[in-house]
Amino acid sequence: MSLTKVNVVIVGAGAGGGIVAKELATAGLSVVLLERGGWVDYDKHNDDELWSQRTPALGNPFGPDDERHRRVVANADGSTRVVLPSEGSYNNIAGCVGGGAVSYGAMAWRFMPQDFRLRSIYGEVKDSTLADWPISYDDLEPFYEKAEYEIGVAGDYTANPFCGPRKKPFPMPAFPYNKEARLIEQAAIRMGLHPFPIPMLRNSVPYNGRPACIHMRSCVGFACPINAKAGSHNTVLPIAMATGNCEVRTGCVASEIMVDERGRAKGVRYFDADNRGQEQPADLVVVSASATETARLLLNSKSKLFPNGAGNNNDWVGRNLQGHLYVGAAGFLDEETYEEAGPGAALGISDFNHGNPGLIGGGALCNEFIPLPYLFCNVRPPGEARWGKAHKDFQRHYYKRFVRLHGPVQEIPNFSARVSIDPSVKDAWGIPVCRLSGSRHPVDFQQGDFLSKKAEAIIKEMGATRVWRNGPSPSLGLSGGQHQAGTCRMGDDPKTSVTDRHGRIHQIDNLFVADGSLHVNNGGFNPVLTIMALAYWVSHHIKTGWKGSQFR
Amino acid sequence: MITPVSRRAALKWAAAGTFGLAAGIGTTASLARWIRTEPAPYRFFSEAEARLLIPICEQIIPRDDTPGATDAGVIYYIDRQLVSVFKFKQHQQTYRLGLESFRKTCLQVYKTPFEQLAFERQTEALRLIESSKAPKELWGDRSPSAFFNLVLDHTRQGFYGSPRHGGNRDYASYRMLGLAYPNLIGQNRYADGRPI
Repeated sequence: MSLTKVNVVIVGAGAGGGIVAKELATAGLSVVLLERGGWVDYDKHNDDELWSQRTPALGNPFGPDDERHRRVVANADGSTRVVLPSEGSYNNIAGCVGGGAVSYGAMAWRFMPQDFRLRSIYGEVKDSTLADWPISYDDLEPFYEKAEYEIGVAGDYTANPFCGPRKKPFPMPAFPYNKEARLIEQAAIRMGLHPFPIPMLRNSVPYNGRPACIHMRSCVGFACPINAKAGSHNTVLPIAMATGNCEVRTGCVASEIMVDERGRAKGVRYFDADNRGQEQPADLVVVSASATETARLLLNSKSKLFPNGAGNNNDWVGRNLQGHLYVGAAGFLDEETYEEAGPGAALGISDFNHGNPGLIGGGALCNEFIPLPYLFCNVRPPGEARWGKAHKDFQRHYYKRFVRLHGPVQEIPNFSARVSIDPSVKDAWGIPVCRLSGSRHPVDFQQGDFLSKKAEAIIKEMGATRVWRNGPSPSLGLSGGQHQAGTCRMGDDPKTSVTDRHGRIHQIDNLFVADGSLHVNNGGFNPVLTIMALAYWVSHHIKTGWKGSQFR
Repeated sequence: MITPVSRRAALKWAAAGTFGLAAGIGTTASLARWIRTEPAPYRFFSEAEARLLIPICEQIIPRDDTPGATDAGVIYYIDRQLVSVFKFKQHQQTYRLGLESFRKTCLQVYKTPFEQLAFERQTEALRLIESSKAPKELWGDRSPSAFFNLVLDHTRQGFYGSPRHGGNRDYASYRMLGLAYPNLIGQNRYADGRPI
């Protein structure tokens, strides 16, 4: 059954989709926002470690659920296996209004100017699809600023000499360091490094009608009980809905973008909360369902002019899947480092993101979020006993003496790491599911090895008694995860990209992407602020191109 | 005056054969039936399986001067999840078959049921399956170490997870680590890393 036509239908109410909804609704366009999950209620998502994003022992607290969703992972040897959403290899972000931002750690990084020009800086990298972005840091700077002010970032850029130029300071002061960060800071300064407070999408002071952070130890992986942690769900989406122009439809699973015979998007076919098939016609369609699910939706949208999926005539949709290889080092101090003040991560070091002699890329280092007791069971130096009295002794002695520095490696994109459609496995609605295949680029191993050694040196400088590295695994593995990106990269050449520089699918004038899929590369930083900035960037160009009731 | 009869006392009387007479209702047979219909302590495990699994979990997190897996009720955590959580339901057979293989392994190697082995011997027996050195014919195509790792993970969950899932009774593990509990919103006040 066809519903009343609207100007825009957006698929996915995460960091990207929520912003597009607000920008277009406040500009007067009628918007329907489809979200597979629901609104998160803190009473149902409290401080239970087994029901958290980091350790989803009992299932995904923020969706998607294990009952109805599946993916297929292809191993290096060609074998495949079906995985559940709460298994790590599913590479889940979340399925709820607000997306990953409901439960994230809320680091609010801008990519560095260099991150937009990797090909120019590092040259051609064998077996990679490394390229410069079609836009520069300067192009995106005003939109980074908008994200920082509208969603709300606390930070202090003055201590970080490596960040890109900016016109305004952060709207909120930085969070003070916790004890662990203070100890790391002293060691890092002795080593000539430049530690600084991590910018956070979390209120350090009351801001935009939401209170200041109360420092729950259960922060990362959990919903915030007081909305001090910001995402689209508690900032822009309420504004969008208050306009009267935006309807958020939860429990709605998109199955296909309808593309007509002339190659224009007509709307979105989906299953509603009662599993009834629906068709939502629209003047334009924006897909912001995450790098895996956006690619899946495009690939599942076959039409006369696009028999291999919308925008996929050059076989680039779903390619270049990236995330972040996390590496670092950990150790124990004689004195207690633990503070009952969440979330824990407070200090960043950006000395190693670029300009590392002989190395392509690099990454940031940060101290770690508080590991809760179950997660801490896996924080062990190599060879340490896993059970018995030794396990208890270790937990008791070291839980509060722990230091850790780690960070995301700038992954080098490659064509074979990809999302495709599995030929046989379907989800509960009969929609063919993602198949994930390929692996990280070998350069990522070099970066990971380098960065973990830097972290190790800092922790040793702190005087830690037991220090061990969490270096890269030689097998590298498939990337994606909560930082997934790259599957619909933007570019000026339709032969080597999926969208143009404004996020518009090449050859489909009224179909846009607004999420991490657009990233040409994923930076050596958590990607959410870049996803938000790009959503403002894409929205800006949609609004500019919108003429009355018609889009051209 | 009517004195309420606690269930524990009622059971004791029933066992002594006096309750039925006192209540004036019936026979030894109906009493036996009444006792049988007492709710089973476990939703998934049989009594025999639980008797085997409890000391396995206790080996993984033993009692010393702080509570261990048995004190924390880890068995109830695992038992409850196995019948209620999608991911766990897929492991029902893993437990059923794994415990049976482990029981036979102990009988074959030690000629004694696991529960009756000395603590150190029990540790040794678990190392056999942790390293997959158990007799292959007793495990078929199933991996003993995979079974051990599953029980290890679930034991940790039951010991360190939220008490609302049946384990971590009285926040035993949080007490052990010196963590404030429960994590009351806005009520944990700290300065210089120390509770005020």
